Amino acid sequence: MNAPRTTYLPPGLPAPDTRDALSAPFWQGLREGRLLVQRCTRCATWRFGPEWICHRCHAFDFEWLPVEPRGRIFSWERIWHPSHPALAGAAPYLAVLVELPQAGGVRLLGNLLGDPLQPVTIGAEVDGVFEPHDVADAPYTLLQWRV
Amino acid sequence: MASARSLRGRVAVVGVGETAYHKHGQSPDPEFVLALKAILAACADAGIDAHDIDGFASYANDRNDPARLAAALGVRRLRSATMQWGGGGGGCAAAVANGAAAIAAGMAECVVVYRALAQGQFGRFGQQVGENALSGEMAWQVPYGVIAPPQKFAPRVMRYLHEHGIRREALRAIALASSHHAQANPRAVMHGKPLDAARYDAARWIVEPFRLYDCCMENDGAAAVLLVAAERVREWRQPPAYLLAAAAGGEHRSGAQPHNAPKYASANYAGIAQDLYAMAGLGPADVGSVQAYENFTGAVVMALAEHGLFKPEDANDFLTLDNLIAPDGRLPFNTSGGNLAECYLQGMELIVEAVRQVRGQSTSQARRHDVALVIGGPLVTPASSLLLGSEAAL
Repeated sequence: MNAPRTTYLPPGLPAPDTRDALSAPFWQGLREGRLLVQRCTRCATWRFGPEWICHRCHAFDFEWLPVEPRGRIFSWERIWHPSHPALAGAAPYLAVLVELPQAGGVRLLGNLLGDPLQPVTIGAEVDGVFEPHDVADAPYTLLQWRV
Repeated sequence: MASARSLRGRVAVVGVGETAYHKHGQSPDPEFVLALKAILAACADAGIDAHDIDGFASYANDRNDPARLAAALGVRRLRSATMQWGGGGGGCAAAVANGAAAIAAGMAECVVVYRALAQGQFGRFGQQVGENALSGEMAWQVPYGVIAPPQKFAPRVMRYLHEHGIRREALRAIALASSHHAQANPRAVMHGKPLDAARYDAARWIVEPFRLYDCCMENDGAAAVLLVAAERVREWRQPPAYLLAAAAGGEHRSGAQPHNAPKYASANYAGIAQDLYAMAGLGPADVGSVQAYENFTGAVVMALAEHGLFKPEDANDFLTLDNLIAPDGRLPFNTSGGNLAECYLQGMELIVEAVRQVRGQSTSQARRHDVALVIGGPLVTPASSLLLGSEAAL
């Protein structure tokens, strides 16, 4: 008997490189159940995805600050035609782009948990859900969302 | 009088050529042979000896590099070799601009702009995720099942449709217009396979907001255009299509991945359109026909609106089949069938068609054909656009 699935999408998709020098703190944060977002230590501008330099003041110094994993749906898509063998039979599934007002409005992509056919409303409030992928050779955690 | 720092009227397209167009994976020729055949076809169209080509320009990391092409064709001397960075089909108009700039700057005499694709030989766009750990923009998307281009672009289009209240009928008109024009074009892959509203509506979802016929095809083929300096156009046999303007680029931080461009609900053309019309000394009302890159119909709505051809709030009224078809629609659109119905050559086929419009040689000729607009791949960075015109437009 198969164990019930603990992840939104089936296993078998390529995993993120969690040791990538620029983004490793983000992935480490998710492993620990924390959402970390990069902020410039000189001018306090938030940024995502991670980058080495502040696009506003060009400082190279930055910090990773914990942010409450709550946001608003900025846009979304329902995927019916998957593009990877691991996703055969998994469609439809939902991806949402979530805006974090408490972190300068940076946006994160994730899946919207629950019924894949649910109506999705731009502007709706969502909460983050940490989704560990422990079975992988290099374990990682994704951040998912739920209304 | 145009500014000295301008391409307006300096360079003209004097030859166009293409191979037969095929469904993806069905080219009988390797990709390099497709490139050679398209270049020779453009030379034959112009009456230029291919040995006299001295410049090559392409985009989207075309695999057929100028050193090999120049050696294979035995060109007397290779001078200009330019590749437009990044952006996939967003670079098609910029490749023409780069080749034209080389001529205008005295760095080349005869530049061929080309694009060749044989996806059977090299694999398809939508299925190119390896098994290695993901870095860069892929790391933020692929683990969530956002992998192929339609999935990467859908949220951007969804947000635009939401902000402006664009209805499905507007997207449908774009798909139907491309198909309509392909029926008159024997070169088109979808020639003889017309699309109607019922079939469009009944098609399966690929990813909301795109159904099947909102998405471009994938094809094999090649196309090329030949550029020379305007003062030399009389040496060749075809009526010249002058470059009136070209522009390329992206909005402020439009390349902020993943999905963090400040102006997210944008196809990336506001600045480009401004530069384009300024260089040409023309405005949207002067455009007689438009060839606009359809990766996805919704992105075409965005690209056309950002070129000032209608206001976003008027899109539902403007985008009807009647308005988009030659000869007398308000804006004849993709008159050869474009990426949706002629051939997905990442926009190179659109440039060829714009030249044919200016010459009066299209299979769906627009009545007003002195000024033809080409819009490269929307939503990407850098994107690009081009205005071509007849002698009367100079």
